[in-house]
Amino acid sequence: MIENLNKVSVMRLTAENLSARRGEDLIFKDISFTLEGGESLVLTGKNGSGKSTLLRAVAGLLRPESGRVIWEQDGAEAEMRAAEACHYLGHRNAMKAELTVSENLSFWRDFLGDFNGNAGIGIGEAAEAVGLGGITHLPFGYLSAGQQRRMAFAKLLVAWRPVWILDEPTAALDVSAEEVFTGLIKEHLAAGGIALAATHQPLGLKEAQELRMTGFAGLMEDIW
Amino acid sequence: MTALLLRDLKLSVRAGGGALIGVLFFMTVVAVIPFGVGPDLNLLSRIGPAIVWIGALLSALLGLDRMFQTDREDGSLDLILMQEHPLALTVLVKCLAHWLGNGLPLVIASPLLGLFMNMSEVAIGATMLTLLVGTPALTFIGAVGAAVAVALPRGGLLVSILVLPLAIPVLIFGVSASYAAVEDPAPFMPPFLILVAITMFFAVIGPIGAALALRNTAD
Repeated sequence: MIENLNKVSVMRLTAENLSARRGEDLIFKDISFTLEGGESLVLTGKNGSGKSTLLRAVAGLLRPESGRVIWEQDGAEAEMRAAEACHYLGHRNAMKAELTVSENLSFWRDFLGDFNGNAGIGIGEAAEAVGLGGITHLPFGYLSAGQQRRMAFAKLLVAWRPVWILDEPTAALDVSAEEVFTGLIKEHLAAGGIALAATHQPLGLKEAQELRMTGFAGLMEDIW
Repeated sequence: MTALLLRDLKLSVRAGGGALIGVLFFMTVVAVIPFGVGPDLNLLSRIGPAIVWIGALLSALLGLDRMFQTDREDGSLDLILMQEHPLALTVLVKCLAHWLGNGLPLVIASPLLGLFMNMSEVAIGATMLTLLVGTPALTFIGAVGAAVAVALPRGGLLVSILVLPLAIPVLIFGVSASYAAVEDPAPFMPPFLILVAITMFFAVIGPIGAALALRNTAD
């Protein structure tokens, strides 16, 4: 993964004054941040404070009320949408229960393709990396919730993307799996990647920026 | 894109896929008609092409709502929306896969059902040909309905109702071309070519409309 550093030299993900609505209510207002290669951002805050909404807005899945997300590489604003540089791991695993794990992973590898010539790692290797080598022949639906989550994470490894957007990545996971995930995220950051994570558990990322989401209630306090 | 096509084809034949359900429903609808209208062979062969077409239309509508909904439920749709591929192209590929998995089996099953209806060889051939040309149009029209109703929990019936008015012309020209092949004065080519034109028209409009609807699905 280290060689990826050389191919994409300078990367920057910038969010400018993002605001988003759910129905009538502004969930958050004027959030800005800048992340460069190797940096990470951890979103904390209680349920309903807008963590998932912010991540969906950055991933381009939700049209923000105001502001924009910019992806820069090699010092210039890239022509692609920021979402194309991102992996998004949401609450749902985006894997088909009817297909085997390796069919699922190879589909995502082929469909997502490579990014600026950076390919991901093999399917077997990715399954090993999340600690579940040797069961890729099983249908995804046969796995336990925690195993499914691990395999969904393996999807991030088979196709390389510089930005990982992780929404509650460690839900349904045991302690050892959390360590595995933290290790993989650190490795990704060390290789020049960027990570955004919404989480309740501390991920153990030392130099992470932290953004505390206050949600609707917080906005109201400002207004009054 | 090939990966998407192969995945959707695999899903349509695996457990819970729509391919077999559609064909079974088609067979059920057409097979009960002779019991309902009685053993009048002349009547059966006269209404045969229309019944086969109506059966195919209903079975095609049956599987439409799952086109995007399964992908939405497990989160795959989010990832598909994020990619750089033009969304209309992705939708077109999904339509092709859906047609290969759900529409083509109907076309293949239609000669057998033509025998149930005491249709002549020419009529069976014409019905099969018009179904082959016409069912893709149903899929492309249905994609728009499926995309609009993707966020609704039980959108199945709604999709059928949304799509039905647009599917009626396909039915009219499909059936009239099938009849024209067996009844002498009516020419076969004009309605058949209009059917081809409808399919090609919706092959362009359908994916674009569905892509727009998917982009604007707020959640």
